[in-house]
Amino acid sequence: MGSNLIDALFVFMLAAFIGFEVIRHVSPLLHTPLMSLTNALDAIAVVGAIVLVGEKKSTFATVLGVIAIVAATSNVVGGFLITDRMLRMFKTSRPTKP
Amino acid sequence: MTEFAGSQYLIEIIYLIASALFILSLKWMSSPATARHGILAGEIGMVLAIAGTLLHHGIVDYKWIIIALVLGSGIGVPLGMVQMTAVPQRTALSHAFGALCVTLVGTAEFYLRTPNVPKFMMSVLSMEVILGGLTFTGSLMAAGKLQEILPQRPITYKGQNLVNLLLFLVAVGSSVYLVLHPEAKIFFPIIVGVSLIFGILLVIPIGGADMPTVISLLNSYAGLSAAAMGFVLNSKLLIIAGALDGSSGLILSIIMSKAMNRSFTNVLFGAFGQVQASAAAGQEAKPVRSATPEEAAAILSAANKVVIVPGYGMAVAQAQHKVRELYDMLTKKGVDVRFAIHPVAGRMPGHMNVLLAEADIPYDRLIEMEEINGDFPQTDVALIIGANDVTNPAARTDQSSPIFGMPILDVDKAHTVMVIKRGMSPGFAGIDNPLYYLDRTLMLFGDAKQFVGGIVRELGGGH
Repeated sequence: MGSNLIDALFVFMLAAFIGFEVIRHVSPLLHTPLMSLTNALDAIAVVGAIVLVGEKKSTFATVLGVIAIVAATSNVVGGFLITDRMLRMFKTSRPTKP
Repeated sequence: MTEFAGSQYLIEIIYLIASALFILSLKWMSSPATARHGILAGEIGMVLAIAGTLLHHGIVDYKWIIIALVLGSGIGVPLGMVQMTAVPQRTALSHAFGALCVTLVGTAEFYLRTPNVPKFMMSVLSMEVILGGLTFTGSLMAAGKLQEILPQRPITYKGQNLVNLLLFLVAVGSSVYLVLHPEAKIFFPIIVGVSLIFGILLVIPIGGADMPTVISLLNSYAGLSAAAMGFVLNSKLLIIAGALDGSSGLILSIIMSKAMNRSFTNVLFGAFGQVQASAAAGQEAKPVRSATPEEAAAILSAANKVVIVPGYGMAVAQAQHKVRELYDMLTKKGVDVRFAIHPVAGRMPGHMNVLLAEADIPYDRLIEMEEINGDFPQTDVALIIGANDVTNPAARTDQSSPIFGMPILDVDKAHTVMVIKRGMSPGFAGIDNPLYYLDRTLMLFGDAKQFVGGIVRELGGGH
């Protein structure tokens, strides 16, 4: 258990640094789609809710888990959808200009 | 503990691939050219992760999982199809949903494990529900304000910060007690309840102009709560996704507060609301020059270089498509038209870029503040559409101004400044803008959409 915890802290630290480095380079142009994308990715929390519902350990847990899956899935679907719609709108001007 | 059952290896490998795809997804977001690959990578990662989870050996019943997945997708589609002007409130709402998921799972985990919750587990579990709870209600409040269901102005009362601080201390104190005495179950609902109330009270005093910072901060909290959930469930995938989201939100918050020259504490503990009352009081009627659409059209078509400064007013009036027509018309006449984007223009990071892109304005015409500020002295016309505080020269010159020190767009250095505005009422922040009284400034009074439409008609008729 103890070594698991330390492993997890290492993973967190490394991921946070990667996040900082990767996101620092995102153009301000794309800050809105960035936020909706990270939102969709964050909804990966749905995996925790899926296990919770599937294990059926108590009715209480199952009910909370079902609501959690609904909330997270709507973020996954809605988040990817709107990010894609936004990015499709970004066009550069035609290369030849009079 | 790390004795994996057969399928568990497969699941962990799938999670590993999904984590890599998530990182790639964000990496590809750095430029518009690769951004759509980023979405694809994210989607594949997500589908893999969900499919992998369904293989979990502990799952005995799929019925409710499937029902919930279908229901969630059904809600997600309309949320993904909202109008571009509604993106800030949609984003706030999805922060709330993400936080709701985390809080509910955390609550369920607590009641499944109690009273045998190890100290570290209990600490991260408390962190998970505190961050999740306050993000849930805080984001709902933010969405309500953005959707104008709730008043956008800051709601303040005496002793507000003291109340907030006390609530926060109660939540943290209860958590500490619960860590030390895991059998004291009653403290768990207290932690959740207090966090929910704390979220409401935290966002109530925040005004619309501060929304970009607040949304970013809530984004960061949502990520951190998911990472905490990862610690509870010992899921590295969740820790990674949460850490990525948390750092993304944090970076955006830092950029936003820098663009307003304010600290986090200043934004969160709402000093802005009080200063304005005095600033608005000292106003007297000063003469301004105004112009008609015909006059504005004549000045614009005589110009060589025009910079358009969009703000929240353009979004409210839905004027972005008319602005595109103006852009097309002027470009056809050989006028060089560019757009100056202040980092906090609008209600969320990058809000203006999305609206202008929606109207088909090429993104290489959208210029950031640092890049375009040097060009204003050579600009013939700066046309301001629904932006106010981000153009206020008092931020440079007037030490007594509440926004002194905030980086602004130096529109007052252009040869002619035109401001489309509904009336002379001070802007959202309630601060008078000396820009409007300059000799080189023309006020164009009216609704942004109608006024720009009027200019476009004049330019079209002038052939």
